[in-house]
Amino acid sequence: MFKLHHFHGGMHLDGHKAESLGSGLKQASLPERLLLPLKQHIGEYNKPLVDVGNRVLKGHMIAASSSLFCASVHAPTSGIISAIEDYPIAHPSGQSDICIVIDVDGKDEAAEPVIVDPRQLSANEMIDLICRAGIVGLGGAVFPTSPKLSRGKAQGIDTLIINGVECEPYITCDDILMRNQAAEVIRGTGYLQHILKPGKTLIAIEDNKPEAIAAMSKALVATPLASTEIISIPTIYPSGGEKQLIQILTGKQVPHGQLAFDIGLYCQNVGTCVAITRALEFDQPMISRVVTISGDNISEPGNWEVRLGTPISHLVELAGGYSHGTSGHLVMGGPMMGFSLSTDRIPIVKASNSIMVMLRETIPQAPGYHDECIRCSKCTEVCPAQLLPQQLYWHARAKAYESTQEFHLFDCIECGCCSAVCPSQIPLVQYYRAAKSEIRAAQKAQLKSDRARIRFEFREKRLLLKKQKDDERRRLKREALKKKHAKPGDAAALADPVQAALDRVKARKKSLQDDSQ
Amino acid sequence: MTSVIVSSPYVAPGNTLKRLMIQVIIALLPGTLAYAWHFGPGVIVNIILAVLFALAFEAGILKLRAKPVMPHLTDFSAVVAAWLFALCLPMHSPWWLVLIGIGFTMVAGKHLYGGLGFNPFNPAMVGYVALLISFPREMTTWYLPGLVSGATLSLADTLAYTFGNADISQWDALSSATPLDQVKTAIGQNISISEIRSSPVFGEFGGKGWEWIAFWWFIGGLWLLLTRTIRWHIPVALLGGVLGMASLFYLVNPQIFASPLFHLLSGAVVIGAFFIATDPVTAATTNRGRIAYGLLIGLLIYVIRVWGGYPDGVAFAVLLANMCVPLIDYYTQPRVYGEK
Repeated sequence: MFKLHHFHGGMHLDGHKAESLGSGLKQASLPERLLLPLKQHIGEYNKPLVDVGNRVLKGHMIAASSSLFCASVHAPTSGIISAIEDYPIAHPSGQSDICIVIDVDGKDEAAEPVIVDPRQLSANEMIDLICRAGIVGLGGAVFPTSPKLSRGKAQGIDTLIINGVECEPYITCDDILMRNQAAEVIRGTGYLQHILKPGKTLIAIEDNKPEAIAAMSKALVATPLASTEIISIPTIYPSGGEKQLIQILTGKQVPHGQLAFDIGLYCQNVGTCVAITRALEFDQPMISRVVTISGDNISEPGNWEVRLGTPISHLVELAGGYSHGTSGHLVMGGPMMGFSLSTDRIPIVKASNSIMVMLRETIPQAPGYHDECIRCSKCTEVCPAQLLPQQLYWHARAKAYESTQEFHLFDCIECGCCSAVCPSQIPLVQYYRAAKSEIRAAQKAQLKSDRARIRFEFREKRLLLKKQKDDERRRLKREALKKKHAKPGDAAALADPVQAALDRVKARKKSLQDDSQ
Repeated sequence: MTSVIVSSPYVAPGNTLKRLMIQVIIALLPGTLAYAWHFGPGVIVNIILAVLFALAFEAGILKLRAKPVMPHLTDFSAVVAAWLFALCLPMHSPWWLVLIGIGFTMVAGKHLYGGLGFNPFNPAMVGYVALLISFPREMTTWYLPGLVSGATLSLADTLAYTFGNADISQWDALSSATPLDQVKTAIGQNISISEIRSSPVFGEFGGKGWEWIAFWWFIGGLWLLLTRTIRWHIPVALLGGVLGMASLFYLVNPQIFASPLFHLLSGAVVIGAFFIATDPVTAATTNRGRIAYGLLIGLLIYVIRVWGGYPDGVAFAVLLANMCVPLIDYYTQPRVYGEK
């Protein structure tokens, strides 16, 4: 029996998983147009590789960057690029960003794949292919997978953790993926093992997903992997958080300021494993993902394999439309960590694991008003990062940002437990997010002004040095002149510059004559 | 689709301020009823008066501060504060005493600091201590429980006294010092504990009647623990502090130091441990801090009772510990995930 550990706090939440699990995994039809934001990952911006009017085929790379921390974007189907311009995208701030718009031609014509046998590939070749396929972590962080693998490989990995926990309520995309594509998950895990050479591999799944556990176990029997175990872990939110999962499986905590690599651990989501399998075996870049659509204002909740760039409105239509009218909450992600979307024209991106369509009445929280903190510390009891959320709130509200850092603001994983238990309904996480971004902005500004100051000081120093040098040169020149003048030893000559000049000419003539002789 | 932008989490609140306060009121009921059973309807009259005055003060000040009135009035925090304050009063108090005390509780104790959540001192204790210092005669006129005197004041007599047109001297026979007070006075006169205990006001362990009320506070406290309205740290540490000190000195000399059970079951220790010291706003917030805070109150209660100028010390002990809370919280921060 594998020994499991506990993490501090956490919550037992209503799963609401059954709603979207009834209808299996369906293929979403193609919409009329796809909107593909240039940046769908954490890291640098991509540059578009196509122009308006170009025809692209399914799988063509349409945006990329030379930066390592980047994930390229590919055409999810064939069609014509009709625009490259700003559209509202899935972002907590509700901002717009540059999107490549493809007018879908419906032929779904694919570029010719270059199929190689993955078993012939070296680890570095695999990482290259994963990089070219634009694969990012599908667990939520959307961190580009190839630089993560490179670093993991360089540092040496003891335990590879495959995350099939999916602890947020409503979301079932990983569950359905494991049920339907278990073999691909296992093969992807095998490729990760080939790259990272871990001592052992743990595939963690919450015990509220018995079908997924069964399917994965079967797939693992069919395709055995060396020292790999499927671990059923207790259902408690947020057990799927990387740090919490690490603690559950290993009893270790990722030390403050370090990453999982630093203690020999590497986590990857099950969806990412499937993406890796497809990239390596079929030369298929990341052009689709499984999306859960659920909530109490959608007619037929379920899971769809959706091409990236599909507008949410198209997905809502596939799910039978809104069941209670078109006003309410549209949320990307889960109820604990997701964020509100302003419109259903926003497209599905690599990070979109779930779209929740909620009734206004389900969340009776009124924006702007909340009771005061009564310091009851319910938040402290549930905080998986073992912070003091009420103290953080106190300082964040007072904009005492230095104090928030004393109370470890940046260790907050924004899981939402504190806000969920708060009897005063204070949107605590929102305060922390605001404080974090203020601090980051201040740090950026500080960095900028520091650089400017250093530049300025350097310039001042340079000018001062130059002046000193010039002064020194002038002084030397003057002294040299003085010496020259002092040579004749004639005070009268010095007193009369005209006479002195004449004397000099005479002396020179004399010396010339001497020379010619 | 028009979507409302609100921040996560998108789950219906499982817990509200109002629900917490209602839990406290439910937990107060058995002890309150026992108190009234032993000492007459004055207890209930005090509570009703205090609650009415408190709501009036709360509404008035919220209005003056241009704050929303109804959401705050209906969170029942004022009711809880007034209830606890009323329980500190002698069972028969004139209406103006209640008014002045509640005024202190709500105005000086709560709103002058910024209202609910911002007050460093327990408001009920602020009101009580203000009265204790300002009106020592009225605040120390206690009555005998029915178990001892055979009768308590009727509702009509109580109301007549409370509203000021009854002669107090006619009930002199019923008034008496509290058991804690009697012990303190007697020891001052070199009378030994065993001699004092033969007085009819003493029961098995503490004061007759009083010990049963303490028992019912304890039951209410268990309810708070079971519903997770409070955590165990403060009550356990506080009771441990009192019992520890009392046991130590009782072992040294049982003739001049009362037994640990007497200290536990007399006065306000049990209600203090479960209902007063656990006021979240003014208590320490970390688990280790709560233990330190509870212990500190327990020690102070004993010190004030035995060597201080007052027979009971719960209110002073709580206020003194309130002062230490920021310090306690700062030095008892839990180890953050990933920290060495």
